[in-house]
Amino acid sequence: MNKRFTRILATSITAAALIGSLGACGKGSASATTEGSNEITMWTHNAGNPEELAAIQGVVDSYNSSTGAKAKIKVQAFPQDSYNDSVVSAAAAGKLPCIVDIDGPNVPNWAWAKYLTPLKLSTDLSAQLPSTVATWEGETYAVGYYDVALAMLARASDLEAAGIRVATVEQPWTKDEFQDALTKLKALGKWDYPLDMGTAGSGEWLPYAYSPFLQSFGADLINRDGFQTADGVLNGDKAVAWAEWFRGLADQGFMATKSGKDSTQDFLNNKSGLLYTGSWAADKARAALGDDLVVMPTVDLGNGPKIGGASWQWGVTEGCANTDAAMDYLSYSLQPENLAAVAKATGTIPATDAAAALVPAFAEGGANRIFMDFSRNYAVMRPETPAYPFIATEYGKAVQDVLAGADPQSALDKAVKAIDANIKSNGGYKN
Amino acid sequence: MTTSPLAARPRPAAAAPAPLPSAPRRRRAGFLREQISGWGMIAPAAVLLLLFVFLPAILGFGLAFTNARLISPRPVEFVGTDNFARLFADPTFWRALLNVTYFAVVVVPVQSALALAMALLINKKFRGVNFFRTVYFLPVVTSMVVVSLLWLFMYRKDGLINELLSTFSFGLIQGADWLNDPATAMPAIIALSIWQAAGFHMIIWLAGLQSISGELYEAAQLDGASRWHQFRYVTWPGLKHTRSLVLVTITIQALGLFDQVSVMTQGGPLDSTTTIIYEAVRSGFKQQETSYASAISLVFFVLVLLISAVQRYLTREKD
Amino acid sequence: MKNSVRLNSAAAMLVRILFAAVAAFPIVFMLVSSLKPDTQIFGDMSSVAAFLPVGNISFDNYAAVFDRVPAARFLVNSIGISAVTVVLGIFINSLCAFALSRMEVRGKRVVFTVILATLIVPFQTLALPLVWWVNQLPYFELNGFSLEISKGWLDTYQVQIIPFIANAFSIYLYHQYFESIPKELDEAARIDGAGWFKIYRQVVMPLAGPATATVAILTFLPAWNSYLWPLMVVQSEELRPVMIGIQYFFQLNVSWGEVMAYASLITVPVVVLFIAFQRSFINSIASSGVKG
Repeated sequence: MNKRFTRILATSITAAALIGSLGACGKGSASATTEGSNEITMWTHNAGNPEELAAIQGVVDSYNSSTGAKAKIKVQAFPQDSYNDSVVSAAAAGKLPCIVDIDGPNVPNWAWAKYLTPLKLSTDLSAQLPSTVATWEGETYAVGYYDVALAMLARASDLEAAGIRVATVEQPWTKDEFQDALTKLKALGKWDYPLDMGTAGSGEWLPYAYSPFLQSFGADLINRDGFQTADGVLNGDKAVAWAEWFRGLADQGFMATKSGKDSTQDFLNNKSGLLYTGSWAADKARAALGDDLVVMPTVDLGNGPKIGGASWQWGVTEGCANTDAAMDYLSYSLQPENLAAVAKATGTIPATDAAAALVPAFAEGGANRIFMDFSRNYAVMRPETPAYPFIATEYGKAVQDVLAGADPQSALDKAVKAIDANIKSNGGYKN
Repeated sequence: MTTSPLAARPRPAAAAPAPLPSAPRRRRAGFLREQISGWGMIAPAAVLLLLFVFLPAILGFGLAFTNARLISPRPVEFVGTDNFARLFADPTFWRALLNVTYFAVVVVPVQSALALAMALLINKKFRGVNFFRTVYFLPVVTSMVVVSLLWLFMYRKDGLINELLSTFSFGLIQGADWLNDPATAMPAIIALSIWQAAGFHMIIWLAGLQSISGELYEAAQLDGASRWHQFRYVTWPGLKHTRSLVLVTITIQALGLFDQVSVMTQGGPLDSTTTIIYEAVRSGFKQQETSYASAISLVFFVLVLLISAVQRYLTREKD
Repeated sequence: MKNSVRLNSAAAMLVRILFAAVAAFPIVFMLVSSLKPDTQIFGDMSSVAAFLPVGNISFDNYAAVFDRVPAARFLVNSIGISAVTVVLGIFINSLCAFALSRMEVRGKRVVFTVILATLIVPFQTLALPLVWWVNQLPYFELNGFSLEISKGWLDTYQVQIIPFIANAFSIYLYHQYFESIPKELDEAARIDGAGWFKIYRQVVMPLAGPATATVAILTFLPAWNSYLWPLMVVQSEELRPVMIGIQYFFQLNVSWGEVMAYASLITVPVVVLFIAFQRSFINSIASSGVKG
């Protein structure tokens, strides 16, 4: 019996020694402290996305081997789903790298918190899609290589069978046409719910996907004049009309109040006839459905169709020891070839026309060109205020509550109350 | 309870001569040595707990009285009990408290009983015992992401659970849209949670069962005790220590409900599944209100401490 | 009489099989789905086909997993981190429980109560202050012959291990188990002149096999499954544990087949380990002094 214990102890010591020796060489190389004077670290959100990561690495390699390189850039990739938590923890510990990836709507919050420093690039940003440049209080803090766009996907054969007009950029569906289309699709009897809006989504999906409808109704997440209150805007008549309309889609049996885990798969498995999703799903759907797939703009609910603007962007941190090199790299990376390479790898909308011309799917007449039109014509930025992360959570909860049957007015009032209290307790998010 | 002679504490045949009379008194000389060795043995664990649980906890609790935020350029100020006033005025907090109570009141007895039943079923030597033990433990080792995903699908209105219900009731029962109805969402989460965690407590019960001497069962069998009597007068008293261990841990685990809610319902529909920890994480991480989240944590800590104290009082050793 | 016994054991077996079926289906689902393309996983979902390897079966998902995630590296990291946590945890926690249970240490009741109180603190609420705190701790590095001291444990192996070695639950479990081992055994050993550590090592621990196996399994699980913490403190890819890998699959377009393949890959070691520990579990019962 003793032997057993001695064995355990011996194993323990061996294991401790092993991990100790691993540890000696195991201090991570990603932390800022180990950076040489001429190496700077860049964090990206695309671990697990080999194509996008390779494209980013390609840009970095080309910079590193260029003659004018002011520093060597080192890429550290994180998984997207948890990227924000990793960055916030690093920021709390004061260990941010020089260059970071940021989801566009969070930029003002990070700029306000002084995580980010204003960009001073040698590139002219006016050629960029407006939604790929993040500004706050007159300064530019981040710039992106691409954007994504929301759209409606359907099968041409279904629309024809139901006698529904294909919506176009020139003539999107109106609110009444949408209602009519859903009624006809439902009458086909092919699906439990003809429409899938991705209502099972959570987190940033909720404001990204549904606040454009709110805006198309003429309401908004916050009063953008000074960004001090949401009162009268997020809980006004127009906002309530939006909530009633949205809830009505479920009440009439057009959509589930909680869709499946993966709406795209459900659509491809013919569990829904009309899918509201992002441009990222288009290639997958086209591969499965071929010419039967139609991509349509979202609905005009009164003030024209709206979609959320801004995707992942790059910024430079306040604590960066070699800001000069970081800015130099970002300027270099915005060349059309680089943007095109990333857009190709990700199936996203290239940030400039020059880059789009290099990507067949987005060049004139390309299969995905239509998303560029959506982005140019419909994109609305999520409110550019440091309060945005908080607004997003409150709005997301209001959406879920409305879908679950809460009284629209009181759900929205509750959100407004929380948002206004938060803004107040942060001194209006003024510097 | 101690009417049966079998209920006496297991007394091993191995070693153990009769205890020496008045031994403790004669050992005064060893007193100091015992203190030093004792504290030496306690120290490593105690120091680590102090460093990695106590200090950060106190640090966190301290934040509850400030206006600290996760991301903010503003200086941290002492704000007294503002956060608590806001917390107690928040209907969502009371709803979370109610939900957690509901969850715990169902899960604690059902899960401990099921886990004990499973442990008893496999605490025997029979062909395939290893197989059953391993299988019973599977839900515990499976990744929570996979488990939640699977149950999300099973709970759908057209999901497997409703299909089974409908088949076995010959179409009489039309299943609910489980996770999407405020009335059924919590029961659905309860079922999933018990299914997932029962194997964990089965292991603890099993360790307890192993500590009961086989001789007691042999003696009971010689006396012609029925299965039930064996359980009642040998097994149950023999599990005295394990019982309080299981009770305390299931209670704490139940009150800390978070993962399933976070993955499956995000507290909805209409706050019907939100919990105290879920609210703390939502405030602290997603809404960046560190100090408010700390206040929630502090209240949670005090509540659980009170409940545990009551439990320990009720299950205290009466001898 | 004989018939009723046979009937009883048949009934018990039936119940066992029923429980097993309920417990096993997610693993079956996971393994089966890891062999299917996504469209089919979703297509099969509402029927029993979800649990059957039918249709378009292949190992494509497994091949894809290794393109996406440095799975081997993550597995090695997790095995190392979990093993060290378990082994050191068994030693330190049992030692502490031994003193608290079997020795007359002044103030031990207070210490025990305070240790138990740490059970109550949920890790989620501790995480943020802890990140800040571990980043203040000194880090020792042997560089050639000189000892270098730097600040901050972020992005290391030890930050994933040391905070989780001492565990109130393990101490509690050992304590409860030690209480059921007769104190007379200690007395006997003391008469033979054994010191306290020797009693711990040679008398009590050998009898605590089931407790050790239980603690090992129950410490291993959270170490293996740890997710929130490495997310917050590990930055370099080469130091990440397996659970972070799951996140690699949640891109804009999720490949569920690959998620299932990866989940299967990281579940198998745990099941193997459980089976291994189980055996020692049973051995230790067979040979333990308790049984005589």
